[in-house]
Amino acid sequence: MKVTINGTDHMVDAEADMPLLWVIRDLVGLTGTKFGCGLAQCGACTIHLDGEPVRSCQTFVGDVEGKSITTIEGINGKVASTVQTVWADLDVPQCGYCQSGQVMAATALLTANKKPTDADIDAAMSGNLCRCATYHRIRAGVHEAAKRLEA
Amino acid sequence: MLPKFMQTMASPLVKAKTSRRQFLLGAAATGTGLAIGFQLLGSQKAQAAGFPAPPLVQPFAAYVTIDADGKVTVLSSQFEMGQGSYNGLATLVAEELGADFSKIEVLGAASNVKLYGNLAFGGAFQGTGGSTSMASSWDRYRMAGAAARQMLVAAAAKDWGVKAEEIKVEKGVLSHASGKTGHFGQFAAKASALPVPEKVALKDAKDWTLIGNPNLKRFDSARKANGTERYTIDVKLPGMLTAVMIHPPFFGATLKSFDGAAAKAVKGVVDVVATPRGVAIVAQHMWAAIKGREAVTVVWDESKAEKRGSDELLASYRETAGKAPAAIARNDGDTTKAFAGADKVLEATYEFPYLAHAALEPLNAVAHMNADGVLEVWGGHQFPDVYHGTAAAIAGIPPEKVKLHVMKSGGSFGRRAVFDADVIVEAVAVAKAIGFKAPVKVQWTREDDMKGGRYRAAFVHKVKAGLDKDGKLIAWDDHIVGQSIMKGTIFEQGMVKAGVDATSVEGANNLPYEIPNQKIGLTTTDVGVPVLWWRSVGSTHTAYVAEVFLDELAEAAGKDPIAFRLSMLKPDDRHAVVLKLAADKAGWDKPLAAGRFRGVAVAESFGTVVAQIAEVSVDGSGGIKVERVVAAVDCGLTINPDQVRAQVEGGIGFGLGAIMDEAITLTAGAVDQTNYDAYHPLRIDAMPKVEVHILPSTNPPSGIGEPGVPPIGPAVANAVFKATGKRIRMLPFSKTMNA
Repeated sequence: MKVTINGTDHMVDAEADMPLLWVIRDLVGLTGTKFGCGLAQCGACTIHLDGEPVRSCQTFVGDVEGKSITTIEGINGKVASTVQTVWADLDVPQCGYCQSGQVMAATALLTANKKPTDADIDAAMSGNLCRCATYHRIRAGVHEAAKRLEA
Repeated sequence: MLPKFMQTMASPLVKAKTSRRQFLLGAAATGTGLAIGFQLLGSQKAQAAGFPAPPLVQPFAAYVTIDADGKVTVLSSQFEMGQGSYNGLATLVAEELGADFSKIEVLGAASNVKLYGNLAFGGAFQGTGGSTSMASSWDRYRMAGAAARQMLVAAAAKDWGVKAEEIKVEKGVLSHASGKTGHFGQFAAKASALPVPEKVALKDAKDWTLIGNPNLKRFDSARKANGTERYTIDVKLPGMLTAVMIHPPFFGATLKSFDGAAAKAVKGVVDVVATPRGVAIVAQHMWAAIKGREAVTVVWDESKAEKRGSDELLASYRETAGKAPAAIARNDGDTTKAFAGADKVLEATYEFPYLAHAALEPLNAVAHMNADGVLEVWGGHQFPDVYHGTAAAIAGIPPEKVKLHVMKSGGSFGRRAVFDADVIVEAVAVAKAIGFKAPVKVQWTREDDMKGGRYRAAFVHKVKAGLDKDGKLIAWDDHIVGQSIMKGTIFEQGMVKAGVDATSVEGANNLPYEIPNQKIGLTTTDVGVPVLWWRSVGSTHTAYVAEVFLDELAEAAGKDPIAFRLSMLKPDDRHAVVLKLAADKAGWDKPLAAGRFRGVAVAESFGTVVAQIAEVSVDGSGGIKVERVVAAVDCGLTINPDQVRAQVEGGIGFGLGAIMDEAITLTAGAVDQTNYDAYHPLRIDAMPKVEVHILPSTNPPSGIGEPGVPPIGPAVANAVFKATGKRIRMLPFSKTMNA
């Protein structure tokens, strides 16, 4: 089966029902995308599928042929790099385990909405659990990234 | 996590027996009767004076390495689970060493208790907990940095033929007025061959550029924002197999038999094996293991299983709470007499559910017997001494044939500090069962993690308090009912005294308030659900009870909640100081916006005092939203101010999630919640705005990983009372609000 991840085609030995998460991590070997729940409840495995944020643990490899998959390793562009820079500048992460997913979600949000309000952020990011509860800084980080992107 | 009791855990044993003692570690888990050296502190003098002083040792290779390019790597005794201990230790070393902080690296170190034993626990045990990382490391890692600098300077002085005191050190570069200059890497090898200085001079506080610097950023944030930070789940070794477990369906049940034949037919499954903790499905990758697991049938021996449900347990706790306690943790004055003479007596019962740590990275470990016959174990080694000994015992090899690789973990909140070495046992047992033919990663699913026990124990408190006719609190009685963390562990002998587990009563038997008559009782229950420390341990429930009930008493006495507390504290008491700071910053005396309500709480844990003032709003359908929290913190000297803020912000979110809507319940012994769809940590939409104010202090640093947690529950509960007139005595809030 062929999957296109971060612009590269990979042939993987997988059955159609294999979650993309495990294809990405175990077969392709990209470990930035994290396993948290397997049930689309925590967002740690968030990737972009044709630019849209999806939970890779509940996205199956059989359903993504011909689609473009972007993981934290392949994310680029002004929005993503600004988000990542701000995340470090504000020391958003604590343990960091959920932060790949947070960055993917924040990047998608800021791509669609250049000036999100607190309510917009809450709505877009509430599927991404952070057990360290870095939410205060995630919110600040999204606002700061929006500000820098506007400049 | 390990509370501050461990500061004193060694001393009672030392008093009881002056010779060195050995503990049985891991024996209960493995059945092997393994004994590993666990040398307790020998000097009572050192205990009396505080922590034992770190011996001056050769800093290179022990605490800091410098490669030929000048790259500085700190070797951390303290585990990193998000709380920033690596960053803190790096700050201490870099400050004294004169290293370039922007290029620093930190690695976890283990398996040498003389070098890495936690000084806050007496130095005899390496472990991370009780918010002790900075307290343990404050002297040790500054001394290591200073000794390393002196040795680098000495090497350069010799090379250049100049006086050592004429050499300047800045950001990893040594220089002399003559124009000679060189980076650390050029002198590292020569420096490490020099004798260790007999005395090291530490910098004066006024010369610090890193310690206390509010603008210093964590060294590890960028890698966490770009997905390159590595955790145990990311360990990849050639030929490595992945295993998932089938654990018993009830706590206390054991494996009778299993049939793995059908699973072995699943594509990618390599083997199905028994371990002391259940059945493992070993596969080429995680998904194959998960698919294989569905095809395994297991027969369990449930004769010793815990089959009670949590409702049944709590009902029995309530009944017990109404009787006399089995043990007394504190007894001041005469409460019976005081209650008889009181003008008003209030009583209340509080209930707390089991709580899961639910860290985002489910438990895991990797075991590999390498070509030299050394068993390498990668994991979140929060209790490395325990895991090292247990791994050796299971593999049946001497301890010197085990090497631990300390990985960073995706949270822990106490969960990776276990006496039975759970997932480490599994990884080594699986690797052994397949004849050590390949490296094995055991990876729990979320369901395994959530159903896996080691919860914050359920508790019931029955409290009673008496006010005199002037509204003065004259009598206080708290009967605590619940399971002990320490019972049955290697620390029981030192930590459970006269039937009182210090972790069950901390925060209750050391109230800061002047209450002339008080009695704190404890009845420890015997339940088969495994329990553990959960970020802030006893104070998760004791501070809630104390601070909510005090609010009720203030109301009954017709007094302002802060004024009521201050009336029982000396003006310079740390609790009083942070209360006043929080009140000032929150504008306690100023009117609130319409629809907003305020509550306050203060609690000390792990040597740090935190006051919080929460502002809540209630929507038309009765939904509670915490809008803003103002926190005031006294954690002694602040090493990384921005990380102190981060830990308090996160602690507030962590604690708030728990009191709002977290509970592990059991039905006939089976855990009801298996994933985040049913177990609800806080999400971003419920996160309040947080302001953290740090009290300037020159006292030695105390804890910060946990102390942000205890006050948030009671502060919010007290605000909710103002908003709704409802006292929340049954947790989580969702249970009371829906009742």
